[in-house]
Amino acid sequence: MVKEAIPPTSAQASSADQPKPGVHPSGNLAVKCIKCKELLYGRDWEKNLKVCPRCNYHFKLTAQERIDLLADPGSFVEIDDDIISVDPLHFVSRSEVYADKLEEKRQDTGMNEAVVVGHITIEGLPLALAVMDFRFMGGSMGSVVGEKITDVIEFGIERGIPVLISSVSGGARMQEGLYSLMQMAKTSAALAKLGEAKIPYFSLITDPTTGGVTASFAMLGDITLAEPGALVSFTGPRVIEQFMHIKLPEGVVNSEFALQHGMIDAVVHRRELRHTLAKLLHLYSHNGNM
Amino acid sequence: MVYDLEFEKPLAELEKKIHALQRKGEHLKPDERIQLLRAEQDLQHRTEEIYKTLTAWQTLLVARHKDRPYAADYIRLICDDFFELHGDRSFGDDHAIMTGPAKLDGTTVFMVCHQKGRDMKEKQYHNYGLAHPEGYRKSARVMQQAEKLGFPVICLVDTSGASPALPDEERGQAEAVAYNLYLMSRLRVPIIAAVIGEGGSGGALAISVADRILMLEHSIYTVASPEAASSILWRDRAFGAQAAEAMRISARELKALDLVDELVPEPLGGAHRDHQLTAANLKAALLKHLAELKQLPVDELLEQRYQKFRAIGKFGRVS
Repeated sequence: MVKEAIPPTSAQASSADQPKPGVHPSGNLAVKCIKCKELLYGRDWEKNLKVCPRCNYHFKLTAQERIDLLADPGSFVEIDDDIISVDPLHFVSRSEVYADKLEEKRQDTGMNEAVVVGHITIEGLPLALAVMDFRFMGGSMGSVVGEKITDVIEFGIERGIPVLISSVSGGARMQEGLYSLMQMAKTSAALAKLGEAKIPYFSLITDPTTGGVTASFAMLGDITLAEPGALVSFTGPRVIEQFMHIKLPEGVVNSEFALQHGMIDAVVHRRELRHTLAKLLHLYSHNGNM
Repeated sequence: MVYDLEFEKPLAELEKKIHALQRKGEHLKPDERIQLLRAEQDLQHRTEEIYKTLTAWQTLLVARHKDRPYAADYIRLICDDFFELHGDRSFGDDHAIMTGPAKLDGTTVFMVCHQKGRDMKEKQYHNYGLAHPEGYRKSARVMQQAEKLGFPVICLVDTSGASPALPDEERGQAEAVAYNLYLMSRLRVPIIAAVIGEGGSGGALAISVADRILMLEHSIYTVASPEAASSILWRDRAFGAQAAEAMRISARELKALDLVDELVPEPLGGAHRDHQLTAANLKAALLKHLAELKQLPVDELLEQRYQKFRAIGKFGRVS
């Protein structure tokens, strides 16, 4: 069984990035790899954590799938699940009615917003975490995303436990104007406080992470990891191309590019993610130190 | 100075009429003299009217006016002394951001300012105010120096955004911006940011995490330049005006939303009409806020700064 393919997202999302459901020649439900166009058995693809076995393309995960991947079974406790977006600017312009779009996305995704926050354990070690979800308006950051992320960082400070943010985002949310931009400052200030409390912060970058999210918490990790082949940049490739009047080669400004230029610590395959985080939580813990 | 903006057309026509009459000088007939007087009054009146109700897009045009004072003009007009500090000590010197100590009313402050450049040669030299990572890293270095030595920081913000080229990605534009947000949120000296023209996106925020955010009356501050927002929302850069209105980017609207602390008045018809007067207004506002901030013990200053940004955002709760 293949899960329903995710419907095309908002204008802030790139619509070409979700698997297209299809029927495999054998008659089983299948998905087509966005990158190498290989037709994949749905079940194999799911078992492979939604990574294409042929080209290693890491499909997007929903926030819930990501939490299931990382957390000890049953350890996830959500906080702030009741916060929802309002429309602070009464944004209505051309075809865009923000209040309607919010309602539509809530219906489509069953989520209140583009991030889920809470705490988990990984191999018994506690971790506060925020996981973004691209389906909700391209994971864009408005007031609620900023608030929930700040809350979970402050939760980490109160409890004295490390914080992980798993990013996937087209950047700041246009429909909340300057409120959105200021969430970059708010979340970064909370991370600075976390740092003063001497608590480690892990940043996980997944495909795609761009704009105001990259230019705030995604790039402030004490340890910054990225999934293979994830688009990661301040400016999106399309805008770079327009600005420079060039055509960018395939795969530039991705995880490997960021690693090569010294911007992140490691590129980690999805299969290794939970294990890597467990190892890091051990290494960054004072327990056992004299 | 001529009225040259699109929405100033009625003013330009009045001005033309006035100039034609003025050229006659001594030869003005008595009724022409009255016409001239009326036209001058009319011009004043109409300018007031138009500038009182500028739309967001019109405000942007004023904020981008080619004769608008830039940071270097303000430094020259309001500081008694200034020494420019160059370079990020890592890769290069970015001319889109000017930094250095200055004397403001007898006390030392550290200036961190975008600089756009006026003629073509200057614009190229300053990269149109689009800072590279080196500019933000130079800013960080200079702000840390100010912190170490105990001097307040004043940031003059005027950019349509951080430079969006591939080499900027290679050198970590996102990290450079992010690091400044992190650093400024805990910098142990007072920080005042004043948006003097365009406050564009992360490139503006990277030098404006401050205790006070001031905006000149006809400046703008926005999550993305209206053209970029139009492209993101509608895949077409042509709807900048609509995006500007919907995002409420003008200083006046942002003050009404309580997102900025104070508007600094501009002369009638915009800052470009009187650099001296605008600079004097800016100086007075800076000195007032500086005096207030200096009264605060540093831990309280930092807590207030934290709470200031902590409180920004509007949301509801599901019942």
